[in-house]
Amino acid sequence: MTNVAPYWEHFDHEADIGVRGVGATLAQAFEQAALAMSAVVTPLENIATDQAVAIECNGDDPEMLLVDWLNALVYEMATRNMLFGRYTVEIENGTLTATARGEIVDVQKHQPAVEIKGATYTALRVTQTTDGQWLAETVVDV
Amino acid sequence: MDLNQLEKIDDTTWQVNPHGAMQVPAIFYASESLVSDMDEKVYEQACNVAMLPGIVGASYAMPDAHWGYGFPIGGVAAFDPAQGGVISAGGVGFDISCGVRTLMTGVTRQQIEDVKTQLADALYHTIPAGLGSTGNISLDDKAMDAMLSGGASWALERGWGRPEDLERIEEHGCMAGARPDAVSAQAKKRQKKEMGTLGSGNHYLEVQHVTDVYDARVAEVFGIRGGDVVLSIHCGSRGLGHQIGTEFLKQMVASARDYGISLPDRELACAPIDSPLGQRYLGAMRAGINCALANRQIITHLAREAFSRVLPEADLRLLYDVSHNTCKEEEHEVNGTRRKLFVHRKGATRAFGPGHPDIPPALRSAGQPVLIGGSMGTGSFILAGMEESEQRAWSSACHGAGRAMSRRSATRQWHGRQLVDELAARGIIIRSPSMRGVAEEAPGAYKDVTDVVDAADAAGLARKVARVEPMICIKG
Repeated sequence: MTNVAPYWEHFDHEADIGVRGVGATLAQAFEQAALAMSAVVTPLENIATDQAVAIECNGDDPEMLLVDWLNALVYEMATRNMLFGRYTVEIENGTLTATARGEIVDVQKHQPAVEIKGATYTALRVTQTTDGQWLAETVVDV
Repeated sequence: MDLNQLEKIDDTTWQVNPHGAMQVPAIFYASESLVSDMDEKVYEQACNVAMLPGIVGASYAMPDAHWGYGFPIGGVAAFDPAQGGVISAGGVGFDISCGVRTLMTGVTRQQIEDVKTQLADALYHTIPAGLGSTGNISLDDKAMDAMLSGGASWALERGWGRPEDLERIEEHGCMAGARPDAVSAQAKKRQKKEMGTLGSGNHYLEVQHVTDVYDARVAEVFGIRGGDVVLSIHCGSRGLGHQIGTEFLKQMVASARDYGISLPDRELACAPIDSPLGQRYLGAMRAGINCALANRQIITHLAREAFSRVLPEADLRLLYDVSHNTCKEEEHEVNGTRRKLFVHRKGATRAFGPGHPDIPPALRSAGQPVLIGGSMGTGSFILAGMEESEQRAWSSACHGAGRAMSRRSATRQWHGRQLVDELAARGIIIRSPSMRGVAEEAPGAYKDVTDVVDAADAAGLARKVARVEPMICIKG
């Protein structure tokens, strides 16, 4: 397996935007996909990571788990009025436990481009690529 | 989209005959150039919808159809519960009852020009827009349930609006059959502080002037004249609707197999209308509709307040309020008999023709107003439902322009500040908390709404009545 540093990127969807995370493990790919989602709203370097929020979701199907994970974050962002800039994820036997770190939205500072309505099942894919990397991606509705 | 896959019925009607698991045809209403510009995914999605249990007539795509979630955005499909028909959370969409309302202002363009900056600032400061903005209204549990049951009527009881507003709203401002108990605590929590907020993305509030009148008779019934100034609000059910959509989509994916439904695409997740899950979603979705109606009603009240401070001569009277992400139980004629159908309109507007009893009496002779939003620098249109629209797609029409370019491409091509300056030079004031948000919504990132509206008119979906252009745009 080639060791590539974990990374995230966006991909195009006609009306909305795709988020993709790649990492050496499933958990890393999920962390990166979440960073990609945060970056839909504002550049990651704008987000201070002082406050931690614990998140847990369950699901045997990794694809459903990815959507649950991203939607759990959408919910925390909306109800806490926060943006997250750092994620630590562990996945074991279908249980995802995570810490999301971020801060309260400051409209002047963050200039949030859009609000995420939800993660969808469109272009949803969680898979291990031929070089052993994990890839987690889906489209988020904005 | 490859035109060879389609049978051309006439200049604006293109059909895919049933094949494979399709139970009915898929029909696209659009000009040749609009259809060929549509993504191949729209073809796939329209055909997938035609495979769902209990679908009646055809799976329809409006002229502005584009790649959506399971259903195409701009998709219309009706289902018969007596034939195992289904209801689909994806077929309604995340932003339940997102829609447009337009108000007449009773002032002239010149009157607006004289106070344009003050008015833009007053509207921007009165109506919360964008992520992280919360309203001054916070609902406790009891008020939340009352809002979810009562919609715009509830808002009126709280003093946000005028009694005459209600008859100018679909369902008289209150969707019957809403079940607040079917809405999760999480969805309610997401909405607690979001009443009276505009949201973000393509949502906006605009002050517009009428540039063209195409149908003088209908325009007169609507009370629209060239040069008039109107106010339009485009937004939906905010966090509550999004959370309902997310939760039920998941439940419907999980239960599809138990209901014996094989899904061509996970996102098409649905449940039989008559099943417990279908009924629960129906009740929650109707509560979501009420949330959107209440939200637009509160924003109307706030807009009236802003106007009264800057331009007290203005009198904001509601022309009409349409929703374009819904599933509604309606009576339609199928092969000569009236049947109760559940009509999904995902990114499509209801467009009842002249004489329909659900149209307010003052407008009934003209057909239901159909309000089509353009992008912020371009025009929007006011249309009217036509007699023929019933036969075409269960009295439905398009809802907007649809994107021509992804958000990512848009931000590569434009800068928000530069767009704001360019639009200002054309006399359009933009107020937005986010310059990147403005760039993502650049006028050039959208298809030309004129082509879409012309196709809707030519296809007999809705008649073109008037065109408006923005003077002020508040963007979330």
